[in-house]
Amino acid sequence: MLDKNDVLSTVQMIDRQHLDIRTITMGISLLSCADRDARAACEKIYDKITRYAEKLVKTGEDIEREFGIPIVNKRISVTPIALVAAASETEDYVSFAVALDRAAKAVGVNFIGGFSALVQKGMTDADRRLIAAIPEAMAVTDLVCSSVNVGSTRAGINMDAVALMGRTVKAAAERTADCGGFGCAKLVVFCNAVEDNPFMAGAFHGVGEPERVINVGVSGPGVVYHALQSVKGQPFDVVAETVKKTAFRITRMGQLVAQEASRRLDTPFGIVDLSLAPTPAVGDSVARILEEMGLEVCGTHGTTAALALLNDAVKKGGVMASSSVGGLSGAFIPVSEDEGMIAAASSGALTLDKLEAMTCVCSVGLDMIAVPGDTSAATIAAIIADEAAIGMVNTKTTAVRIIPAPGCRVGDTVELGGLLGSAPVQAVHPYSSADFIARGGRIPAPLHSLKN
Amino acid sequence: MKAIVTVLGRDRVGIIASVCALLSEYNINILDISQTILEQGYFTMVLLVDISACTVSFPEIADKLDAYGTERGLAVRIQREDIFNAMHRI
Repeated sequence: MLDKNDVLSTVQMIDRQHLDIRTITMGISLLSCADRDARAACEKIYDKITRYAEKLVKTGEDIEREFGIPIVNKRISVTPIALVAAASETEDYVSFAVALDRAAKAVGVNFIGGFSALVQKGMTDADRRLIAAIPEAMAVTDLVCSSVNVGSTRAGINMDAVALMGRTVKAAAERTADCGGFGCAKLVVFCNAVEDNPFMAGAFHGVGEPERVINVGVSGPGVVYHALQSVKGQPFDVVAETVKKTAFRITRMGQLVAQEASRRLDTPFGIVDLSLAPTPAVGDSVARILEEMGLEVCGTHGTTAALALLNDAVKKGGVMASSSVGGLSGAFIPVSEDEGMIAAASSGALTLDKLEAMTCVCSVGLDMIAVPGDTSAATIAAIIADEAAIGMVNTKTTAVRIIPAPGCRVGDTVELGGLLGSAPVQAVHPYSSADFIARGGRIPAPLHSLKN
Repeated sequence: MKAIVTVLGRDRVGIIASVCALLSEYNINILDISQTILEQGYFTMVLLVDISACTVSFPEIADKLDAYGTERGLAVRIQREDIFNAMHRI
């Protein structure tokens, strides 16, 4: 029989340390739904999603019950809508978002991602129409998430798209001003976006993916934090080993759930995303892990090094535990969704500049950050450009999910609710980047993009 | 199919007897039991059970055990054995 202590340690991880499967995400290709008539395309989209994902939520709940492991979210990602809608003779892409929203509600998932465009090298007419529709789409739908990829290591950074996204983020915030600029919480601007990411808001189903696929995102900052409490004061080699062992266990569980979901839904298993995804709950924080390594508060000197170790050890531990690892895989640092990050940002210890440095060594970017409502579109575009440059040069994914909260100033807090938490409004530099952003054009890809 | 039942909570007379009676009521066979009292009278029990011939569905037996535990201030849960094997055995 299994060792009793092992059994009890698993039960304790679930009960007390917030161990969970963060998301089971079904990727669905909508390429077959393209149609000259936009209304027909939307009907096909609705029909296909509701047919493929009909049993997704029920299956997730069954697995949750039988394995006794919480599966927090069941979600859907779809082919970037700019590709699907391109065939339709319409200027109005909001109707596609409405169709996605309707389908998501019909099957009971809590988010659907893929109102997206990939414009790292240039924009098609469809890409332009999709980006133009984002503010309205984010306002009139509840569950639709949007993402735009503006750069890549291969293509460089499309600065026209960066400038456009600065304005789009502002417009999305203003269009949802009555709920703190909530529209921006569902909008991600990427560099090097991945095609199999199960996490929102940046999930979409890439064109290289199969007809449909199951991707699973694991979580467990609380478990790692708890494990590190047993190695207080010991050298970093011990810290890294402890994180690796913990990540291995968490990922094995993710792999099991992914295989089971894949089998029951008769859908191929895609990847397990080895990410430490925090929640606003106490004891489920990435910031507290960094502090457990010996930092007085997350954001002080040493934070980047601590995060680098954590990010690397999570991957090394997890990669052996899954047959296929993908997605973003690493540690997430969404400010509003992490209790320790919220505390650090509120106290002023964690600044935007430090967060930017941290994004050089972890899996995503400036995530769920609120800035003053009067921040200009050019400043937001410049923040996006900085992040895209980090992603492009370091051959990694970076993203910006930033909320210029209407009417809010530094020191205010934006309540986003649920897993999205609350974001303290953080200061941006007061100096202008307008002339920089006004240049447009493309920042060329770095020399190391020429690998062939 | 095998599953693991865990029972955690404050010790008192008759926990093992009543849990075993409940399991037998639904034709669940117990394969192995490990039980200890930790410090300050904290009762822990892990049972390996065979649920192949169980007369009700998995969610139903999970609900019954949960309700039984709630009534007595115990945390009682049943989980498929696979999850523990995945996490602790290579």
